Amino acid sequence: MTRIKLTVDGMAVSDDVEPRTLLVHYLREQLGKTGTVVGCDTSNCGACTVHLDGQSVKSCNVLAVQADGGEITTIEGLADTVPDRADGQLHPVQEAFRECHGLQCGYCTPGMIMASVDLLNRNPHPTEQEIREGLEGNLCRCTGYHNIVRAVQYAAEGEQP
Amino acid sequence: MTTVDDRSVAEAEIGRDRRRKEDARLITGRTRWTDNITLTGMVHLAMVRSPFAHARVTGIDTAAAKQSAGVVAVLTGPELGEEMGVLINAWPITPDQVTPVHTPMAVDRVAFAGEIVAVVAARSAAEARDAAELVDVDYEELPAAVDLKEAAAATPENGGALAHPDLGTNKSALWIFDSAEAGTGSDVEEAIARARTDGVVIEREFRQQRLIPAFMEPRSTVVDPTGEQLTVWSATQIPHVLRFAMAATLGIPESKLRVIAPDVGGGFGGKLQLTPEEWLTVALARRLGKPVKYTETRSESLMSAHHGRDQWQKLTLSATKDGTVTGLKVELLADLGAYVAIVGGGVPVLGAFMFNAIYKFPAYHFACQTVLTNKTWTDAYRGAGRPEATFGIERMMDELAAELGVDPLEVREKNWIKHEEFPFTTVAGLEYDSGHYEAATERAKELFEYDDLRSEQRRRRESGDPVQLGIGVSTFTEMCGLAPSRVLGSLDYGAGGWESAQVRMLATGTVEVVTGASAHGQGHETAFSQIVADRLGVPFEDVEVLHGDTQVAPKGLDTYGSRSLVVGGEALVKASDKVIEKAKPVAAHLLEASVEDLEFRAGTFSVRGTEAGISIQDVAGAVFAAHNLPDGMEPSLDSDATYDPVNFSYPHGTHLCAVEVDTETGQVRMRKYVACDDVGTIINPLIVSGQVHGGLVQGIAQALWEEAVFDESGTLVSGSFVDYLLPTAADTISFDLDHTVTPSLTNSLGTKGVGEAGTIASTPAVVNAVVDALRPLGVEDVTMPCTPQRVWQAIHGAGSGGSTPGAAMPHFESGGAAGNQEQPGASSTEGAGQ
Repeated sequence: MTRIKLTVDGMAVSDDVEPRTLLVHYLREQLGKTGTVVGCDTSNCGACTVHLDGQSVKSCNVLAVQADGGEITTIEGLADTVPDRADGQLHPVQEAFRECHGLQCGYCTPGMIMASVDLLNRNPHPTEQEIREGLEGNLCRCTGYHNIVRAVQYAAEGEQP
Repeated sequence: MTTVDDRSVAEAEIGRDRRRKEDARLITGRTRWTDNITLTGMVHLAMVRSPFAHARVTGIDTAAAKQSAGVVAVLTGPELGEEMGVLINAWPITPDQVTPVHTPMAVDRVAFAGEIVAVVAARSAAEARDAAELVDVDYEELPAAVDLKEAAAATPENGGALAHPDLGTNKSALWIFDSAEAGTGSDVEEAIARARTDGVVIEREFRQQRLIPAFMEPRSTVVDPTGEQLTVWSATQIPHVLRFAMAATLGIPESKLRVIAPDVGGGFGGKLQLTPEEWLTVALARRLGKPVKYTETRSESLMSAHHGRDQWQKLTLSATKDGTVTGLKVELLADLGAYVAIVGGGVPVLGAFMFNAIYKFPAYHFACQTVLTNKTWTDAYRGAGRPEATFGIERMMDELAAELGVDPLEVREKNWIKHEEFPFTTVAGLEYDSGHYEAATERAKELFEYDDLRSEQRRRRESGDPVQLGIGVSTFTEMCGLAPSRVLGSLDYGAGGWESAQVRMLATGTVEVVTGASAHGQGHETAFSQIVADRLGVPFEDVEVLHGDTQVAPKGLDTYGSRSLVVGGEALVKASDKVIEKAKPVAAHLLEASVEDLEFRAGTFSVRGTEAGISIQDVAGAVFAAHNLPDGMEPSLDSDATYDPVNFSYPHGTHLCAVEVDTETGQVRMRKYVACDDVGTIINPLIVSGQVHGGLVQGIAQALWEEAVFDESGTLVSGSFVDYLLPTAADTISFDLDHTVTPSLTNSLGTKGVGEAGTIASTPAVVNAVVDALRPLGVEDVTMPCTPQRVWQAIHGAGSGGSTPGAAMPHFESGGAAGNQEQPGASSTEGAGQ
């Protein structure tokens, strides 16, 4: 067992983990952060995407020990990252997915939203092709991606002055 | 009488693009996937699976696994014995169907790679997997029946491999429909013979490759045996069917079983199954007396959750010289895999009613031979039988057009049912109630700018552009709203096709709606709320839709076959109407008026010609108090309804696809896709468009990317998401959608169903486009998926592009093809002739 200390969705945590424990399993099984899900075992689907120190990572592709000392944001804490957030207010990308019907079953959605937030952080005004290529690491089986692309466009437009 | 129908359009919920109620939880991670459920004292399972497609299990050593840290139990098939129950096929398609016994875990022989041979229970999922690695199984390999055609031809006499040697054959059932015998049309052989001398005969053989549903949420089951009832949570589309089947096969009284489908992350037919993993989780929970959880890995899911499609289709179409179709003969070989799944051979049989599609064939013959092989079992995948049929006929209509040298839309229009001809009884014996193929096609052409793209195609052909433009057409229909119980009975299906609903007016005026349909991502809670809000005249926000738990929704037949809205929605309407009828005498009593003088409009009972009125919520409050009700009235407005559809519904549409094919590399690029669907009345346009988008990509993926590939020994080589090519956002394009509306005449909302339309229509549209691009180069087919390699090979004269490297199934050779239900080489027919 190895001791790790990190911040998850604003909460300081300190736990003993097996060195082989994947970050996603630590989040789900030890912290109860079940908003983040597992969709595959080959790091293709991106359903488990979270932010580690502000950048999106597939949490099945990171060992919990690698996150030691880091700051994690999951879908559950994403809205709290909005500055001066009003009570119940969503993150603009969450709002955009709802507004544009960018989800159906919702299983890929936590990862898709986290990846989209990172995409927009890096490129606030992407073209459709840049959005499509930027989300290539996240699989969705329900939406055909059409409305996911619309949602990212909607969120990007919202951020324009 | 109630007068809900004349409410003003402005306040109608139906037709409004409401944002989904479901999303608030899903976008914030506040979810209840089965794998999220953790119960005190819960143990976790890991499965030990066979690496061999066909083998005798000669010994299993579990000693080391039992010593492993945290292990609670390790059990094999012989050890669990009858405790594990048996899995059933609900649709024996013929009385003499050959059906192998399917135990959840192998007893002495495995019949596909991925079949479970031992199960480990441990304190954590990781410990269970560690121990599963230590289970030592001895196998004695047996010859595996892998290739579908070879399996169909194998007999004990010719030494071909048998999937189940004790059965003596791989042939499971031969299902035949013949229009001359059924009295729905004339004799197809005569029509073909006539066309051979004085007409056109098109003969083709198409391959429907094997696909994997690949829902995003891996399957998971939690069983809690600690209560009086055994509670089962499962990532399933069919909680009610599951409960029934578990009661029937596990010796548990139905009343002692509660099945819950919590949040379910997609299904597409892939979770319309009774699975070995569910049965084993129940068996272990009962044996250990502890809550048990099993969640599959993605690799396990791809290998052992059922696959879809997998047919050879031999088609013969006859027509007169002017292009009027005269007959269609369909001979299918369908791969069941190792066992006959819950629907099993019923999937291709559903296609029997759809090969004739929207066309007026006077003669029709359909024969489907189902075949057992040592591969993963197959069952429903989005569309289930209808995509296969639509692909076959829409490819054939394009081939007919090419043979005649006319536009593919022209030959279709010549043969389709005209709008004034509805209702129309088809040669397959169905009555299509409504449709307008001309209108949908006209609108699609307009959106597509069809004539402009044809001009561009001509220019590129003439200039010898290395990137050719192809235009693909698919004018599809489908049968939805499964299904009239009587029809299912006549087809020997093991259950009915009704759906149940309950509407409960609560004391405070809000409404609980219970449906037997079981959502897994479609948005039932939103669309059903809209229906009830409209019907009862209550706010959308005040309607709560409950589903997916046999304790909450005791009756239901669940979700598949685009049935939730068409059948389940109608049950809601009927239950709502009963609430109104029950409320009316109370309202009259409270208003001191006669029932005959009341009208109900926008949620209010009012006395005609007066200002007096009372809302249905106030009536509900009065009924709750029960202080002042009409004499003898039961103090309840709650109502339920069970609706059995009188007919299927028949959505249709015209899909047009343009692709650019690089003739130097074989690369296919989607350029434009237009879908004009007629799905009847639309409840929520946002949800409908989402269903179409997702369906389109699944169908396009069959055309271009996806294939479950087995090697010659029966190992699935596309067994992870690295190898099984699900499209990403970067592979796809944005779509242009529109709708025409001819309401269904067989339900009061006029809905037709939309869940499968996109998938059914798009596959042939894309392949037709690819073939259209290459036709001047002499290409008349490209085998799916149309990979760059296959397209390149097709261009360079290797028939339809050959097989996938490493694939067990050789794809059909160009030119003459053997009759696929006979032994290879036993007969052959010529290609297209006149």
